[in-house]
Amino acid sequence: MDLLTELAILVLAAFVGFEVISKVPNTLHTPLMSGTNAIHGIVLLGGLLLIGPADGVLEDVLLVVAVAFGTINVVGGFLVTDRMLGMFKGRGKARDERSEAGRDG
Amino acid sequence: MDDLISALYIVAFSLFIVGLHMLRGPRTAVRGNLVAAVGMAIAVVATLLDDRVGDWPLIAVGLVVGIAVGVPAARNVKMTAMPQMVALFNGVGGGAVALISVVEYKEALEEGGNPPLEQLIPILFAAIIGSISFWGSNIAFLKLQESLKGRVPNTKPINAALALAAVACAVAIAAGSESELLFWLILLFAGALGVLAVLPIGGADMPVVISTLNAFTGLSAAAAGLALDNTALIVGGMLVGASGSILTRQMAEAMNRSIGNVFFGGLGAGGPALPGAEEGGTVRSTSAADVAIQLSYARLVVVVPGYGMAVAQAQRAVADLAAELEKRGIEVLYGIHPVAGRMPGHMNVLLAEADVPYDQLKEMDDINGEFARTDVALVIGANDVTNPAARNAPDSPIYGMPILDVDKANSVIVLKRSMNSGFAGIDNPLFYNQKTALLFGDAKASVSEVLTEVQAL
Repeated sequence: MDLLTELAILVLAAFVGFEVISKVPNTLHTPLMSGTNAIHGIVLLGGLLLIGPADGVLEDVLLVVAVAFGTINVVGGFLVTDRMLGMFKGRGKARDERSEAGRDG
Repeated sequence: MDDLISALYIVAFSLFIVGLHMLRGPRTAVRGNLVAAVGMAIAVVATLLDDRVGDWPLIAVGLVVGIAVGVPAARNVKMTAMPQMVALFNGVGGGAVALISVVEYKEALEEGGNPPLEQLIPILFAAIIGSISFWGSNIAFLKLQESLKGRVPNTKPINAALALAAVACAVAIAAGSESELLFWLILLFAGALGVLAVLPIGGADMPVVISTLNAFTGLSAAAAGLALDNTALIVGGMLVGASGSILTRQMAEAMNRSIGNVFFGGLGAGGPALPGAEEGGTVRSTSAADVAIQLSYARLVVVVPGYGMAVAQAQRAVADLAAELEKRGIEVLYGIHPVAGRMPGHMNVLLAEADVPYDQLKEMDDINGEFARTDVALVIGANDVTNPAARNAPDSPIYGMPILDVDKANSVIVLKRSMNSGFAGIDNPLFYNQKTALLFGDAKASVSEVLTEVQAL
């Protein structure tokens, strides 16, 4: 793939990122951070792709560590986010509406 | 096969975007996280279909070790230790990027020299940012874990020199030097910069640091994606880079400081003497029994939690007290400052853990309008985010920072360990306000005592 196509993808992804995240309420900032944290563990793919072609013991060791790091990042990140989000509980709409009304008045 | 992989990558990053989108509301967030995780699984499986993938035993070792470390860590971590955990996961991600960049460069050299610039530049970028992120996150972890204590002097000139040195090595390679040594030096200088830049930053600035490092790892992953011609990496990394940057900016705005100021400024200790203190203002201390009486005659109580609540692990006691008050028909809300705690949204997670419904947790802009009709504002282990000096003392170091206007409530009760000033070392005139009473002691013990007294009424 040529560089310009890749840069186009990069820029569009940046805008999508800005757009999607701008409206997350403070309440969910921590899960959001740990969720996005898990997503950058995708670098794991880089380790997977390089480990075959790489020769040399040092390279292999570095890549095994990279794959392990990436896996920790991905698995740990998603699990911890899931645990956190599972704790957020609502109390039904009545309360929301009441406080909305209070704010308007 | 390549087309299939590309198609699966498109599915994968679409799921990331949908998942992130669902993270915007508490009702859909759990599923959103799951959707993103499914996207990740698809991306991994698609990658394993690639012809270049080999050395299966090594891959298995890496995956198994990663799972064996990651799963128990994520399962067992306490909610109060969440900032450390996030920092650590972020660090390993950055470390993976840095390691991958080294191997890519080494491989290229073995195949006959520097890769073309369109690959070389992203590799160099990934090396610098990945290394900063790895070492910086590990220092952030140690600081949050409180293994590293004390204030470290700011080493601005050294940091600048390290940044220059790392960039200089990178430029030398890009200009044509084919040297593995130079590449390792890049990692070394960038790593040292990560250590020294994060080392002096503490406490209240931690949310900004963690979220910046998160954005860094994302950007470095996107750069690695450019080098590897891998769309999943480009999109996934950049989504995180963008979202992390937004979050960082929001945190910095909530403190009325620029990001540069957080990393290079540091809050001056002390600060000028403030009106309350100047007048030899005295603080009024109170007892748990008095607090209980005040609370039980209130109509609206606003709880303002801060890092002190996390340290004392008082969130459950606070939730119990709130439940008891609500049983008596008293309305209880929580006013959460965007930078309360040690990472963005820290207080919300702790209170959610204690089964406080999220619709009781109010953001700063929503709660500030309520203080005028608030009978009691209960400040638990928060200090700087309630300091009226931010509003009316132009020479205060925190002047201009948006705060929770607790001093507009009819009365204020501050739970505090002692009369020491907050992390920033700035005196808080709120404590000398006539409306304010202080209840000294460990937050958890104090809240439990108040609860017992309320129940006895």
